[in-house]
Amino acid sequence: MNKKNKIKIVVNGSLLTVNTKFSLKNLIEKLKTPINKVAIELNDEIVNKKKLNKIYLKNKDKIEIVHFIGGG
Amino acid sequence: MKSDILKITNKKFKSRLIVGTGKYKNMKECAKAIKISGAEIVTVAVRRVNISDRSKPLLMDYIDPKKIMYLPNTAGCFTSKDALRTLRLAREIGGWKIVKLEVLGDKKNLFPDMIETLKSTEVLTKEGFKVMVYCNDDPLMCKRLENSGASAIMPLAAPIGSGLGIQNKINIKILRQQTKVPLIIDAGIGKASDAVEAMEMGCDAVLINTAIAKAKNPFQMAESMKLAVISGRKSFLSGSITPNLQGSPSSPKKGLI
Repeated sequence: MNKKNKIKIVVNGSLLTVNTKFSLKNLIEKLKTPINKVAIELNDEIVNKKKLNKIYLKNKDKIEIVHFIGGG
Repeated sequence: MKSDILKITNKKFKSRLIVGTGKYKNMKECAKAIKISGAEIVTVAVRRVNISDRSKPLLMDYIDPKKIMYLPNTAGCFTSKDALRTLRLAREIGGWKIVKLEVLGDKKNLFPDMIETLKSTEVLTKEGFKVMVYCNDDPLMCKRLENSGASAIMPLAAPIGSGLGIQNKINIKILRQQTKVPLIIDAGIGKASDAVEAMEMGCDAVLINTAIAKAKNPFQMAESMKLAVISGRKSFLSGSITPNLQGSPSSPKKGLI
């Protein structure tokens, strides 16, 4: 494996290794996340879900993907 | 009779019972209890998607947000920063503007941190959110929340999940007199009689989670709470008699044999 072509990102607290030139859209597809039921944060900033394919991930990027669950 | 509608901001509701979706055994039980309760608003939490186990069921698969209004809640937030972050994310999930703010300050009793709550209400209102605010029953703080643009004042009856019922009736009565936006009892309801009492005091609605979810029979309790809220509301609207220390016979004296 050529490490030069890989970056490390943190998704919901878990470390993931992905290729360079990997977009947020690629990530959502990889995780099979239902996009209309979640919100996404990249390095503490909320991401516009319409622009996911234009946002490429960098090494050490921190991504949070959240949804609604049961609560009081 | 004039139809009795609950109006929160510009939204209208027939049911005055709001229920939480936490603490149920599973989603199926939760969805069934909510259906029986007749609630038109449910509170929901914002949490991380489980990226390692995608087989886990989603809340939206069981409760359709098009049919029942999701009220995103900041339960579990202890700072204004966390609460604001949570609600901004909630808005991003589905464009919700009506939210429930809950900033806790006491891990043991889950009492709200009113300073952080007030600060958050001001910020959220400026950002266009319609904020329903969980708060303590202090009339001064509640007034300040209302003046900051809160869309509903939601005082606790007793600590969250305690089931102790309304502990400070005097304050709730004072709040009823002074509050112009919907006044909703949030937290502490345990029995149907607690819900009746809140409604008879003139509260606009009650929010119940644990009392239904943790009852031995949550479905029957959901129905019980539904009826309690209807009963209490009708009693409030009916103009009850003034209590009197002396007895007053129900049958006429005339014609007594």
